[in-house]
Amino acid sequence: MVSSVTRPASGIAPERRKAAMGLLAKATRHELDEAWKALPQRPDAEPVRGPETGLVMVRGRIGGGGQPFNLGEVTATRASVRLDGVVGHGQALGTDGEKARLAAVFDALLQLPEHAPAVERLLADIAARIAAEDARKARETAATRVDFFTMVRGDD
Amino acid sequence: MADTQIFSGAFAEPVFAAQSVFRTIMDCMARPGTVGMIAAAARPPQPLGSTAGAVALTLCDHDTPVWLTPKLGKSKLPGWLSFHTGAAVTEDKHEARFAFVEQGAAVPGFGLFSQGTQEYPDRSTTLVVEIDAFEGGRPLELAGPGIRETIKVAPQGLPDTFVALAAANRAMFPRGVDLILVAGDRVLCLPRTTVINSREA
Amino acid sequence: MYVAVKGGETAIANAHRLLADRRRGDRSLPSITIEQIVAQLGLAVDRVMAEASLYDRAIAALAIRQSRGDMIEAIFILRAYRTTLPRFGYSVPVETAAMQVERRVSATYKDLPGGQLLGPTFDYTHRLLDPALLQDGPVEQPLQRDGEQEPVMRVADILAGEDLVEGDGDLPAGHVPGDLTREPLEFPMPRDLRLQALARGDEGFLLSLGYSTQRGYGNNHPFVGEVRMGEVEVELELPELGFAVSLGRIQVTECQMITQFKGSAKSPPQFTRGYGLVFGQNERKAMSMSLVDRALRTAEFEEDVVSPAQDEEFVISHADNVQATGFVEHLKLPHYVDFQAELDLMRRMRREHEAKSTEEPGEDVLEAAQ
Repeated sequence: MVSSVTRPASGIAPERRKAAMGLLAKATRHELDEAWKALPQRPDAEPVRGPETGLVMVRGRIGGGGQPFNLGEVTATRASVRLDGVVGHGQALGTDGEKARLAAVFDALLQLPEHAPAVERLLADIAARIAAEDARKARETAATRVDFFTMVRGDD
Repeated sequence: MADTQIFSGAFAEPVFAAQSVFRTIMDCMARPGTVGMIAAAARPPQPLGSTAGAVALTLCDHDTPVWLTPKLGKSKLPGWLSFHTGAAVTEDKHEARFAFVEQGAAVPGFGLFSQGTQEYPDRSTTLVVEIDAFEGGRPLELAGPGIRETIKVAPQGLPDTFVALAAANRAMFPRGVDLILVAGDRVLCLPRTTVINSREA
Repeated sequence: MYVAVKGGETAIANAHRLLADRRRGDRSLPSITIEQIVAQLGLAVDRVMAEASLYDRAIAALAIRQSRGDMIEAIFILRAYRTTLPRFGYSVPVETAAMQVERRVSATYKDLPGGQLLGPTFDYTHRLLDPALLQDGPVEQPLQRDGEQEPVMRVADILAGEDLVEGDGDLPAGHVPGDLTREPLEFPMPRDLRLQALARGDEGFLLSLGYSTQRGYGNNHPFVGEVRMGEVEVELELPELGFAVSLGRIQVTECQMITQFKGSAKSPPQFTRGYGLVFGQNERKAMSMSLVDRALRTAEFEEDVVSPAQDEEFVISHADNVQATGFVEHLKLPHYVDFQAELDLMRRMRREHEAKSTEEPGEDVLEAAQ
């Protein structure tokens, strides 16, 4: 079950990996499926943990910026895989195990120099899609902004 | 961080394995002194053994802080437990829901661990202690709930003060710790309800 | 007293089958899909998520469908479902200041950084039934406004500059947020636990209590500092990596209620605040929650508890609609033995009463005789 070869820990910077994992969490299942199918070579990913669905207790802050309190739970699904000697982790809101597994696969691929460029392209696509959606929503919200004008009541 | 020992060695079939181990522990808790077999394979980082590892995978989770002996604390075990069970390691014995003691290590006094409260006696620590064997040690006579008349055991590898520790623990009832003894691929449970007497006495 | 009674298995099985039939209803109509419930009954989904204290739109929609639209039943189903899942951990606190805002209004400032953003609101609709919706006609795309959007500044931060309003909410250093899903409730409780209980509390109950504070049952004179709704990032610390990772975004509604406070021995006159934070889009709930949160802070401000909304044990013990429905609805379950005992007691009391009145007629009997 365990591959005997373990590569040294990848040199990938934590910030870069954090950003990548955040984007993979926000990817759609379709985006990940398509990116996987489009890979020229698809290495075997061996399950390490999961996919498993569980709960994360979401915390808020009192008054918005004060002490934390427990707001309520959210479903989340996570998976870890081993691939070519590196371990990848995937996690996302919801209950889609295959999405979490694919996110873990891409997290692992990102750590492998020969696969990293393809993952970066996927990440750029996801980021662009999210930015476009956010911008559209922001413009729709902006259209509902109240423009006050003062009624001038004067004698002259 | 990306250490192979941390990420491997959990149950291959988590649900079935955990259910089977849980069943064994439950039966052994209900029938103190009987020896149960743990078939499910776990490979925790050394020096913790396979059976104690299986018990950890079955019982520990995000809500159960775990106390480890100094040697286990320095091993890869904290990362392994965290990754596979979600349990965090605590230095504070009183805060621990489970404590793991590897074979040959000193067993801390039971009174140092959480004894639970009168209202919530279930909030005490359960100690998982690896010993050498269930035979050949000092003979003990067990009595109490789950035991018809008495049962005789002779675990090898318990501290010399064990009978006194167990008596003090029993005296706190309903508070007190519970024990899961592990030897090889077998377990034997001594809940706080069990009266333990040295047969030589 | 409960006594196990056997029998009725066939009746129960048949009742379940009948329920399934009534749930489906007229088979010539297409079955409603989960996607349709999520997309078109989104606020019902949001309410179920908030009061179930479980954020998952698809599962909440499934529960609504399964419960035939009975919201409390759907909430109950979700509460039961969550008990089957392991807990992965506690998120990093969500940052509502960094929200991708879809609506934000303030009743205290007309012009404020970020502006008054109405968003998708029922406010200003005429509440006239719209016969056009009888048809499945085309719906216009929303308008978009281009240009740079200002950051939507928190109203609390605007007021904080003058030191006239209390801060966001402090608890003693090292305070670990309580979790009512893990520990039994004890009174009095810290504010963080109260907020958790209120966030999952019944909307109707909180609405009525909030309303009562406005009508004089509690000394509130509240203003909505701001209500904002939109998406926030949920991040979880991963011990195996040593940093927090985003799991995605959830939609929440936040209300900052600002209330005048005349001051006490401990604190100068200032504006105090009540806070509301709720899953999904639900500002009625967020506003009610913030009113009740403020009302319950009597100990902090040395206020007398004179009204129901200020009574912590009363409010928190009765806010949960799953608990409430369990206790109220259990009354319809068999109490045959209970009632037999009561019946025997009642017969004996009546016999004794009658025996007593024949032995020595009471004054009313004598009066009637005269």
